[in-house]
Amino acid sequence: MHAFPAKDKALGMYLSMYRIRKYEESIYYLFLEGIMPGTIHQSTGEEASAVGMLYDLRKDDWMASTHRPAGHDIAKGISVRAMMCEMFGKADGCCGGKGGAMHTGDISVGAIPANAIVGGNLPIAAGAALAFKMQKKDNVVVCFFGDGASNEGSYHETMNVAGLWKLPVIFVCENNLFSANTSIKLTCVQENVAADRAAVYGIPSEVVDGNNVIAVNEAAQRAIKRARKGDGPTILELKTYRHGGHSRNDACGYRAKDEQELWIEKKDPVKNFRKEILDRKVITEKALEKKEAEIENEIEEAVEYAKNAPLPANESALENVFWGE
Amino acid sequence: MAEISIAEALKSAIAEEMRRDPSVFCLGEDEDIPFGMGGAFTVTSGLGDEFGSNVRIPNQNGKGYTVKGADDIGNVRVLNTPISEIMLAGVCVGSAMAGMRPVADLQYGDFLFCMMDQLVNQAAKMCYMSNGQVHVPMVMRAPCGATNRGAQHAQSLESYFVHVPGLKVICPSTAYDAKGMMKQAIRDENPVLVFEHKLLYGGKRKEAGQLSASGEVPDGDYTVEFGKAAVRREGKDITIVANLLMWYKAMQAAEELKKEGISCEIIDPRSLVPFDYDTVLASLEKTGKLMIVQEDHYNLGWGAQLEAYIAENAITLLDAPVTRIAAYDCPIPFSPTLENYVIPSVDRILEGARKLARL
Repeated sequence: MHAFPAKDKALGMYLSMYRIRKYEESIYYLFLEGIMPGTIHQSTGEEASAVGMLYDLRKDDWMASTHRPAGHDIAKGISVRAMMCEMFGKADGCCGGKGGAMHTGDISVGAIPANAIVGGNLPIAAGAALAFKMQKKDNVVVCFFGDGASNEGSYHETMNVAGLWKLPVIFVCENNLFSANTSIKLTCVQENVAADRAAVYGIPSEVVDGNNVIAVNEAAQRAIKRARKGDGPTILELKTYRHGGHSRNDACGYRAKDEQELWIEKKDPVKNFRKEILDRKVITEKALEKKEAEIENEIEEAVEYAKNAPLPANESALENVFWGE
Repeated sequence: MAEISIAEALKSAIAEEMRRDPSVFCLGEDEDIPFGMGGAFTVTSGLGDEFGSNVRIPNQNGKGYTVKGADDIGNVRVLNTPISEIMLAGVCVGSAMAGMRPVADLQYGDFLFCMMDQLVNQAAKMCYMSNGQVHVPMVMRAPCGATNRGAQHAQSLESYFVHVPGLKVICPSTAYDAKGMMKQAIRDENPVLVFEHKLLYGGKRKEAGQLSASGEVPDGDYTVEFGKAAVRREGKDITIVANLLMWYKAMQAAEELKKEGISCEIIDPRSLVPFDYDTVLASLEKTGKLMIVQEDHYNLGWGAQLEAYIAENAITLLDAPVTRIAAYDCPIPFSPTLENYVIPSVDRILEGARKLARL
């Protein structure tokens, strides 16, 4: 059994998950309206992973995300407004409109620009961890990746040195069972695609219910502690599920109905944790509804701001090709 | 002033920068293994003695090894790595973003293809995609050029990277430039690819066909700015733009051509990104005739870009069509006879220059 955290932490984790859920819902509707450019890879259903992993991380610890970065970025502390502006391609976006949905980041809160090459962020996270080690800092790096990334060469090249050099990095496989449309069972013999391939690199691993924010957070604390005191990396495999498609226009016809019902109806991390904090009387329902309304309001304001925010100047497209130029 | 080889010049640049700045570190396969080669071409051999490396040294009594640094990577500044090019480049990107200045050695430039994602999608784009929040001051050293090793250890790959916004590409070819440009590369805030020609190193490892590029190098600290071409020989009839080994061949040809009354001006661009078009234009004002010589293949490449630039911006300076001499468009063959045929030779430069002079 997992130890239930202090009330303010439990509430804080819930509200962070709720913020991600509502942000992603609002993005979804803006796409349906046809007013948001580009594509989306939504993290709805995977909020417990982002929040559980990042809640105890320090601001100056780093986080490396993937093409599905919104949950991670918001949990790490990027404002909803800066995220929303980036989605609209506006100058006030966290990357000035140059990054877009798959590259959101804000290094001032330790969020490395997200990486849209599957497995591309793994050696970069290891490199940042090596830098912290060489600089005698106690910072750690949390690096998210999907089940599909465990089949990339970069995964194996990176795990080899991370284990060998005892780098302060926590590798987090969000195993949502599908690499885009393809079941992970069609591409791996392992049941646990990352965890079962950890021991060969001398890296301890855990398989965790990725939809249980407390379970995720406990595993995160263990891994962060190990990394911070110099004992090296951990691979955490979080079993989770995306509520929506891989990207827009993906109706998920390749997923079984009963599987979807199980994960979306019965194992919803936000709905279930809400019930738990109410059952444990962390907060009254009325007070919680008020806090939820505040978050909804924050997101609505961000949307309104982003819609009306200035577009980037054309000339800015040629800036920062090289640093400071 | 001391006369040293390019290999020694590069080593001394890296060592001096490591002394000056604790964030500089070296990494690569065989980077500095005791009694090993120091990369593939001796450049980094011995650096571990001063800066620490992860090594296993055979004991003098003939029994077993003494291990150093392997359990203490945080204190090692000359890092012997696995043969994992994606990791090598990715660790450079991540450590550079986090405040280090990695100088990686690839052994053979041909292995750049194994790390293309990390160079092109990651290193080159991180600063841009983040709108300048992060930047990537890393150096990737890529030995290049055909040296009787067959098609996968022979290529001149500069042009692939000239095409990528966000990467700087340099090709130093004298001891003076090698030291000054390597220092500049390490101090640059952006990813820099350094192409070093295997036949110009002048290291302890001898190569068939190598040239002596040893030269005088000042004792004190100096850098050579990127984007400034060097006029290696002044002349008035033909402008020859050639890099790395090719300008040395052009110099040999120019001596012959002088006897025939043809005067060649030879320009070594030294850096391809940024590229110094102005020095070429100034030379064409005098000569009106342009020859480009590159060891890379003919089809596209930096030479074609230069030719296109002149056609777009300064065609009135030309009195004749441009002559471009490059490796033929086939993989580089092993047989020394075939390799000599495919790579631009002094004879091909002579033949091209004579034709161009008559036009």
